[in-house]
Amino acid sequence: MISIDIKKKLKAYKGQHILQIKQQFAAGSVTKIYGPSGGGKTTLLKTIAGFTEPESGKIIVNDVVWFDTETKINLPPHKRMAGFVFQDYALFPNMTVREHLAYATTDTEWITRLLAIGKLEPFATHKPEYLSGGQQQRLAILRALAIKPKLLLMDEPFSALDPESKSALINELKVVFEALKTTVLIVTHNPQELDGLTKMEINIS
Amino acid sequence: MDLTPIYLTLKLAAITTLLLLVIGLPVAWWLSRGRSFFKIALEAIITMPLVLPPSVLGFYLLLAFSPQHGIGLWLQKTFDVQFVFSFKGLVLASIIYSMPFMIGPIKSALQQLPASLSQASYSLGKSRWQTFTRVLLPNIKPSLLTAIVLTFAHTLGEFGVVLMIGGNIPGVTRVASIAVYDSVEQMDYHAANVYSLILFAITFVLVIAVFIFNKYQLKSPLE
Repeated sequence: MISIDIKKKLKAYKGQHILQIKQQFAAGSVTKIYGPSGGGKTTLLKTIAGFTEPESGKIIVNDVVWFDTETKINLPPHKRMAGFVFQDYALFPNMTVREHLAYATTDTEWITRLLAIGKLEPFATHKPEYLSGGQQQRLAILRALAIKPKLLLMDEPFSALDPESKSALINELKVVFEALKTTVLIVTHNPQELDGLTKMEINIS
Repeated sequence: MDLTPIYLTLKLAAITTLLLLVIGLPVAWWLSRGRSFFKIALEAIITMPLVLPPSVLGFYLLLAFSPQHGIGLWLQKTFDVQFVFSFKGLVLASIIYSMPFMIGPIKSALQQLPASLSQASYSLGKSRWQTFTRVLLPNIKPSLLTAIVLTFAHTLGEFGVVLMIGGNIPGVTRVASIAVYDSVEQMDYHAANVYSLILFAITFVLVIAVFIFNKYQLKSPLE
């Protein structure tokens, strides 16, 4: 169970507004988060991962307090280990596809499985600059999965994929999420694209 | 022809560059993260040698480390260390004088990397140290090389600071730039020419090597 109850000021072009979320997510659930641009979808994910702090509130993940303004608990991101798929992919330019996964995990069997899921075996020795946009995005997803996260935060994870690869990848991911019992939050501009993957949804407006 | 000044210069530049690399990497990383008044003030102090006449810096270092009073006296009494008119003093002065050349390029390069790179590494459970050595440093290689070479080359060419704090003691503080000046004073143009040519050749080779390497990396060496 993941419980989030936070308030965070968001800077906007004209002044600021408050992002206020109070929500619980069942363990193993997949939730899509949608809403207009600038509403705070990405900020919500970054707050949960620990990259930015809310002004007040609590984040509890599987009975572990990650953040609490009352007790002044604030786990650093490397202790939260929430898998994160960045909108800009955030791939490491100095590492090949395989090195990205090996940086995250030493489990070579899991690396081989991930490469198969993302159909990236032929590109295992390629650095990100030699990958297409879609391949880079798939690598970003695989890297986040490499640590077998209990919580996975995905920011527009399928935006660069063609419909065929997207559908194939989503089918594979469903199996992985179930096997790992991962709780997943997916930010999207296009809620329909996730219809086969998610049952829950939140509209941040 | 006495080549000791050339040897001393190269030794000074190598030691200064090595020490500045050790000091400069963590300082540049710290400065690249966020802004505060203290950071701005520290950065201004680090940058001062770029605009301050070297003789001014040398004068204050001479006063500060003079064994007659203040820090100099304390260092002399407590550790039996004297910085004025010694090779140690040259290293200390060079570290201060060349610091902006090491820290500037590294700090700018770290700032230009997207924040999401370190965040991605943290989210994989990696510490700040692992993130710095495995993700950040390898991705600023051209700027790191530029910083190292500029620091080395700049130390080779020091004159004012070195003269003020080190004087002109043969075999101890008489580096090549001072030997050039000294030779001209003594009307020994041949010696001055040899020292100058050697310095010119070393710095030219260093700078051109950086340009070639960074062109290969598709980045301007001064970025």
